Amino acid sequence: MSTAELDAALSQAYEAGFVTDIETETLPPGLDEKVIEYISVKKNEPDFLRQWRLNAFHRWQTMREPRWAHVHYEPIDYQGLIYYAAPKRRSETEIDPKLLETYEKLGVPVHERAALAGVAVDAVFDSVSVLTTFKDKLAEAGVIFCPISEAVQKYPELVQKYLGSVVPPGDNFFAALNSAVFSDGSFVYVPKGVRCPLELSTYFRINTARTGQFERTLIIADEGSYVSYLEGCTAPMRDEHQLHAAVVELIALEGAEIRYSTVQNWYPGDEEGRGGVYNFVTKRGLCAGRGAKISWTQVETGSAITWKYPSVILKGDDSVGEFYSVALTRGRQQADTGTKMIHLGRNTRSTIVSKGIAAGHSQNAYRGLVRINPGASGARNYTQCDSLLIGPHCGAHTFPYIESRNPRAIVEHEASTSRVSEEQLFYCRQRGIDPERAVALIVGGFCKDVFQKLPLEFAVEAGKLLEVSLEGSVG
Amino acid sequence: MMLTIRNLTVAVEGRRILDGLDLDIAAGEVHALMGPNGAGKSTLANVLAGREGYEVLEGKALLDGQDLLTMEPEARAQAGLFLSFQHPVEIPGVSNLQFLRTALDCLRKARGEPPLDSAALLRAAREAAQLLGLPADFLKRGVNEGFSGGEKKRNEILQMLLLEPRFVILDEPDSGLDVDALKLVAAGVNRLRRPDRAFLIITHYPRILEYVRPDRVHVLHGGRIARSGEAELAHQIEAGGYAAVLEGSVA
Ligand SMILES: Nc1ncnc2c1ncn2[C@@H]1O[C@H](COP(=O)(O)OP(=O)(O)OP(=O)(O)O)[C@@H](O)[C@H]1O
Ligand SMILES: [Mg+2]
Repeated sequence: MSTAELDAALSQAYEAGFVTDIETETLPPGLDEKVIEYISVKKNEPDFLRQWRLNAFHRWQTMREPRWAHVHYEPIDYQGLIYYAAPKRRSETEIDPKLLETYEKLGVPVHERAALAGVAVDAVFDSVSVLTTFKDKLAEAGVIFCPISEAVQKYPELVQKYLGSVVPPGDNFFAALNSAVFSDGSFVYVPKGVRCPLELSTYFRINTARTGQFERTLIIADEGSYVSYLEGCTAPMRDEHQLHAAVVELIALEGAEIRYSTVQNWYPGDEEGRGGVYNFVTKRGLCAGRGAKISWTQVETGSAITWKYPSVILKGDDSVGEFYSVALTRGRQQADTGTKMIHLGRNTRSTIVSKGIAAGHSQNAYRGLVRINPGASGARNYTQCDSLLIGPHCGAHTFPYIESRNPRAIVEHEASTSRVSEEQLFYCRQRGIDPERAVALIVGGFCKDVFQKLPLEFAVEAGKLLEVSLEGSVG
Repeated sequence: MMLTIRNLTVAVEGRRILDGLDLDIAAGEVHALMGPNGAGKSTLANVLAGREGYEVLEGKALLDGQDLLTMEPEARAQAGLFLSFQHPVEIPGVSNLQFLRTALDCLRKARGEPPLDSAALLRAAREAAQLLGLPADFLKRGVNEGFSGGEKKRNEILQMLLLEPRFVILDEPDSGLDVDALKLVAAGVNRLRRPDRAFLIITHYPRILEYVRPDRVHVLHGGRIARSGEAELAHQIEAGGYAAVLEGSVA
C-alpha cells in the first residue's frame, strides 16, 4: 500500500468532537490569587484547602515549565486561559438534559439502568462533576465515590490527610498549577477488607473554549481492599489548543490493590496540527503497605501532546507495581509517556509493558525510570518496550533510565521496533480485508498484551477506539 | 472460461519476468504450473492477486469476465480469488480465529451478507483444523506466529476451506511438507473441488498431483507457458528435468 493510501486510511476520525450548547458560568481568562480565592469560595472550602491552594500558587510562580520531554509546542499563555467554567445549574436537584444527552452521545452510561450495569460513573463537565451514579449501592458496601469537591465537605479529614501526600504541590510545574486551581475530579475511599462491588469510572469532558481542565483524583484503598477504576476523556474539536493538567494520586495500604485504567481520547488536533488538547498529567501511586499492588493501564489515542508518566512508589515490602500502556499517535500528535517505578521496599516487583504506535507525521516516545534504592533487596523489574511504525514519516523513541543501587536487584529490559509491513497488509487484503481494517487488526495484535489487562467491558471499547482512530471515514 | 490470461507481460525492477503469457482455466478444472526456479510462477500468482511492485506492461487477466488487473487486492479476494502463499507472513498477536472472522466479515459484507455468527464460525474452524491434523489450540495462536513451515502451509489451506473462494492459486502448497501432511493438504483441496471452482497449483513435484489429479499441467519458461500437457507431463519433468520437456519449445 502506498504512503498516500496509508495516510488516507489513517486520516482523522474524531467522533467526540461536538460542542454542547449550554449556559456556563465562567471566570474571565487570567490567573492570580483572586481567581484562586474565587474557586475556593465557590466550593465553600475549609481554610486549610484555601491556604494549600495559595501555597501551591506561590510555588508555581517560581517554577518553570519542563522542557526535557521529546515534544515541541509554542509557549502557553497562562494568563489567556480560563480557570473556572461550570454549566449553570437549573435547580439544585435536576440535571440539565443537555448534559445527559452529551454523555449519552459519548456512550457514557449515565443512567443507572443502562447496559453497563456493573459500572458506576462520575461525569465531570469542564470544571465540575455533574452527576454520579450508583452512589447508594456503593454506600451499602461502605465505598465512597463522589466528586472531590463533595469529599472536601463531607470527609475533610480524609482529604486533608491524603491530598498531596503522593504528588506534593511542588512536585512539578503542572502539578503545582493543578494544586492551585483544581476544580473537580473524583474521590474514592474503599474501606478495610472491602472488594468494591462495581467498576468505578469517571468521564472527563472539556466543553467550553479556552478552558483549562485541572481535575484532581484521589483514590485510597484501605488495608486488604480492592478497587478497579477507569477514566475516559473527550473534548470538542477546536482550532486553539486546550490545556488539561490533571493530578491523580493513588494510595494502596497494606494488602490493597488498585487497578487504574485510562482510555484517553482528547481531541488530537487536525492533520496539520491545529488545535488539540495538551495533556500534561501527573499520575502517581503509593504502595504504602506490605503486599500492596497498583496497576496502571492506559490506552492513549487522543491529545495533540501527551506528557504523562503514571508511576508507582513501591514502599511496602513485597508490593507490586504495573504499567501497561498503548500509545497511538497519528497526524501531528506527539506523545512522551512512560512510567517511573521507584523500588524502596524489599522484594518489590514491577512490570512495564509499553506499546507505542506511530503513524502519519507523529512522534511517539517512551520514557521510563526504574529506580532501585539501596534498601530494596530482592527487587525485580521487567520492562518490555515495543514500537510499531506505520509509514515513513513518523518517529518512535525510547528513553529508558535504570538506576539500580542494590546489587541484589534484578532489572530486565527488552525493546523492539517494527513496522507494519507491506507483506502483512497484502496478506490481509488478499483475504478480502480492506486496508483500514487490516491496519487496525495488525495494530490490535501488537497491543494484545495490554488490552488483556483492561477490565473486560473496556477492552472492547479500547479495541473499537483504536479501530476508529485508525479508520478513515467514520463519524 | 473462469480465468483468461492473454499476452500478460510483467516486469520487476525493469526486468521482464512474464512475457506474453496466455493461460485459460475453465470452471471445475485443476491446473498445475511447473517451471524452474525463478521462472516467474510466484510472480504470476502475485500479479493476479494484486501485489505491489510488479509492472504490468501489456496484457489482461479476467476472472469470470472481470478485469482483475484494475481491481484492488481486497476486491479481487471479494471476487473469489484466493492465494495460498509460498511464504505466509506472521501477524503477531492476531489469533487465527480473529483473522478468519475479520476476513469472513469483510468477504460477506462485500456480498451483502450478514456476519457469520461466532458459534458457527468456531464450529467450522474446528472441523477444518481437525481435517488438517492441527491441534485444538491452533486457532488461538497468532497468525503464522512461530509456526513451522508445514503448519504455515496447512494454515493457508485452513483459511481456504473457511473462506470458500471460487478460484484458488496454491503457490507450492507441498514444499516442506512431510508425506502425511501432504496427504492432509491434498484432502483439503479435494474437499473444495467443485464444478464451479477452479485451482492453479504451483509445484515442483509430481507427488501432490498424485493426490490432486490435475486436468492440465503447464511449464512456465521464458516468461510464458512453454509447454502444456496431461498429468503425465509432471512425471516426464521429474524423470528428465526441464530440458527434456522444453526441447524445441519457444524459449
Ligand atoms: N520483488 C522483486 N524484486 C526483484 N526481483 C524479483 C522480485 N520478485 C521476483 N523477482 C525476480 O523475478 C524472477 C521470478 O521470481 P518468482 O518468485 O516469480 O519465481 P518462481 O518461479 O516462483 O521461483 P521458485 O520456484 O523459486 O519459487 C526471479 O528472478 C526473481 O528474483
Ligand atoms: Mg515461487
